[in-house]
Amino acid sequence: MTSLLEIRDLAIDIKTATGWRPLVHSLSLSLNRSGALGLVGESGSGKSVSTRAVMRLAPEHSRVNGTVVYDGEDVNTMNRGRLREYRSRQVAMIHQDPRSHINPLRTVGDFLTEGVRHLPRGERRELAVSALADVGIPDGRRRMDQYPHQLSGGLLQRVMIAAAVMTGPKLLLADEPTTALDVTTQSEVMAVLGEAREQHELALLFITHDLELAAAVTDRLAVMYAGTIMEEGPTAAVSRAPQHPYTIGLLASQPNVRGARRERLTPIPGRPTAAHESGPGCPFAGRCLFAEDHCRTERPAPRLLGESLVRCHRAEDPEIRQAAARIQEES
Amino acid sequence: MSLISVTGVRHVRGAASSLRRDPVVAAASGVLAVLVLLALLAPVIAPYPPGRIDLYAIDQLPSSAHLFGTDSLGRDIFSRTLYGARLSLLGPALVTLAASALGGATALVAAWYGGRLEQALLRALDILMAFPGLLYAVLAVVAFGTGLLAPAIALSIAYAPYIARVVHAVAASERRLPYIESLQLLGFPPSRTIGVHLLRNLRTTIVAQTTINFGYALLDLAALSFIGLGVQPPTAEWGLMVGDSSSALLNGSPQESIAAGGAIVLTVVAVNLLGERLAARAGRSSRS
Amino acid sequence: MVATAPHFLTAPRFRGGRKAAQLAGRWVGFPLLTLFIASVVLFVAVAMQPGDPVTQILGSRATKAAYRVEQHKLGLDRPLIVQYWHWIHGAVHGSFGDSLVYKQSVSSLIWPRLTVTLGLVAYAGVLIVLFGVGLGVAGGVRRRFGPVVAVLSGIGVAVPGFLAAQVLIAVFAVRLGWFPVLGSGSGIADRINHLTLPSVALAIASVAYVAQISRTAVADAAGRPHAETARGRGLPGHLVTRRHVLRNASIPIATVSGLAVASLFAGAVVVEQAFGLGGVGSLLVQSVADKDSNTVLAVGLILVAVFIVTTTLLDLLRYLLDPRMRKGARR
Repeated sequence: MTSLLEIRDLAIDIKTATGWRPLVHSLSLSLNRSGALGLVGESGSGKSVSTRAVMRLAPEHSRVNGTVVYDGEDVNTMNRGRLREYRSRQVAMIHQDPRSHINPLRTVGDFLTEGVRHLPRGERRELAVSALADVGIPDGRRRMDQYPHQLSGGLLQRVMIAAAVMTGPKLLLADEPTTALDVTTQSEVMAVLGEAREQHELALLFITHDLELAAAVTDRLAVMYAGTIMEEGPTAAVSRAPQHPYTIGLLASQPNVRGARRERLTPIPGRPTAAHESGPGCPFAGRCLFAEDHCRTERPAPRLLGESLVRCHRAEDPEIRQAAARIQEES
Repeated sequence: MSLISVTGVRHVRGAASSLRRDPVVAAASGVLAVLVLLALLAPVIAPYPPGRIDLYAIDQLPSSAHLFGTDSLGRDIFSRTLYGARLSLLGPALVTLAASALGGATALVAAWYGGRLEQALLRALDILMAFPGLLYAVLAVVAFGTGLLAPAIALSIAYAPYIARVVHAVAASERRLPYIESLQLLGFPPSRTIGVHLLRNLRTTIVAQTTINFGYALLDLAALSFIGLGVQPPTAEWGLMVGDSSSALLNGSPQESIAAGGAIVLTVVAVNLLGERLAARAGRSSRS
Repeated sequence: MVATAPHFLTAPRFRGGRKAAQLAGRWVGFPLLTLFIASVVLFVAVAMQPGDPVTQILGSRATKAAYRVEQHKLGLDRPLIVQYWHWIHGAVHGSFGDSLVYKQSVSSLIWPRLTVTLGLVAYAGVLIVLFGVGLGVAGGVRRRFGPVVAVLSGIGVAVPGFLAAQVLIAVFAVRLGWFPVLGSGSGIADRINHLTLPSVALAIASVAYVAQISRTAVADAAGRPHAETARGRGLPGHLVTRRHVLRNASIPIATVSGLAVASLFAGAVVVEQAFGLGGVGSLLVQSVADKDSNTVLAVGLILVAVFIVTTTLLDLLRYLLDPRMRKGARR
């Protein structure tokens, strides 16, 4: 089965006063039709820019290398008309902060109907109202005439999901869709998102810093650090038997939402480094508890270990395996 | 949080620390420093007294004897431009310093005490801001007569709200930050907290807005002299000089217009550039 | 942003419910209060002026009796507050007394001159909207023009009206002879011709300022997340620009343009003087120099009133442009 989305060797650099600065290094991912892939990482790891690259929305003053293939077609070589068509009908994106991503000066109805300009004018509103009903907004007709500032954050995020789904896309990109919301709203929005996916058989690229949350909604996970994917594999493998010290660290530092409480939260020492700050070796070496000399000088290549691709020189080391096992016991 | 914003913040920090290395800032401050120096050293540099009339040498084009030529009374334009810099720069300097002191103090009091006092002060500032500075200056001339002082005082009051508004915006948000509260709990008197901590954090904002006001004050004061309501002839002042040069210009002697007008434009451009960069920096630092 | 910030940006601090009474306060009450305070300040300033109008009329050799009679005739023997009441009462009814210099009613002096000033300001206002907003939008939308617009406007804001006036007269009126030098002309075409150079001189700095602000406003709106959303949804470029960039930039643009137009009334004082135009601005300067109290008071009050009306209309426009000011809180 061919994959719906195939990212190969994606590299994004941004121009600064001092020269080109890498944001993302040779990133490769693939996502199956109606599959769900979680892209997990701390802020600054490059997950958002990578996702935007899927839509060919590069940040200003940046250059993008590598290919993004959607349904057998290279996104970066699409002509203008095809790109518009692709953006409006094939993919849709949900953003972290709906309040800043929806124009505050236009009504909810304007926002929704704008996405289905290919339909006759009369049908757009009907479709929008039913899309609102699908995401749990029953009084769609009234909402259509309201402005974003009159809606709560959770409601606005539902509007964003409705807008994303109503164009009939095959791929949904969700960039931290619940981070800006409060906890109860978060689970509601996740539920709405799940329903929408099921109903429309959407493939999902889910970007989050929350590994547990990603594990709950995806079938594959990619863990990103400093613009590089450190570990990628089936969700169960990555979240239950992590092999990369960074993944282990992420799991250890997150409170457990399902079941028993972990005795203590172990933060990863140091602050997250950005892609341009990493030296010649493993980007994580500076914060890794298991780093050895060659980790700092030699960049590890991704290796297939079990079902996962792991970018670590020492992944099979018993010391690391033990650490992973300890996390499992605690959770 | 995405990578974009993280790197964005780093950019900004880099830009802030490199303000001194910014070529635009360097050029603008260089121009201003030279102008101030020329104004201070006018008696030393100027080849003629600014008021010396020579009716045998009127409207002369630039020559070795008269670097910028002479005006319609045969006065040396170069010397007058140098001396003119003194009043033309001193006036706006007085205005902006007074405006910043007045506006800054009002804003800090409003932000610090809050409540009705804050509302009343802000409303008063709104009313003050309802009119252009030039009208205040004309009014001051009506009440106190022409010269530099009356318009300068009027403009100081007119410009105070602009400082007050930006300072209040920053101070009001700063006021709510935990560090202010902890200083209060530690028993520091308000004067000290405002004076030392708050003011230090507001310094860039105040300097930026003061710089921006300087350009406007210079233009307003020059305009006032031009229409005859500011400093009076035969004083050397740029606005007056532009006014004086009208007939010479029509007779094909543009030297005085160019010298005085050029001095005004050059100063204001330099001040504005500097103010813009400072304001951008203030905006960033208050956000990050 | 820069120095000029309109009072109404901060003025009435109404949050929550928008009742008719509050709006009336905002567009009627606050302007009237401002006008009242301005009139008091104006009156006090004129009353404080050195010199004595009675002596001015009769000369210093008048007898005490004649002085008293004249003083009583002018109402100057009454307390200041009564004088103020008398003046403002007359002003509201369109009567400003007689000019001490021209020996005719101030109203008959003002009305013909007011049309000149209004014509000048209207003409300059058109130039501001056309060129200021035009250049700014062009520089913001077409990034290539951005630096050009930035440099031109950076110099333009530093050119005072009186200097521009002088240069325009020397070049276009005297050297090239394209436009008349002085006066305000008769007949519509001739008047427009006479007003062209003054309007350009008056508008130049404001055009530059408005261009500067418009350019940043457009660039800022184009970089906002909601514009990215619109692009990401495959909306054609011209629609993104119109609905999500220009629409949003229109609020700051309208604000500065309106304020710039209002400030023209102050600039007109200078430019009319430079061009020898018989408008209210030059009348103000002349009457200040002549210590013609009644005329100063009348012109001052009219300028202030016109200014307040302009800024109030502008606030109304902002209210119409920005739904966030218009509609209530979340429902």
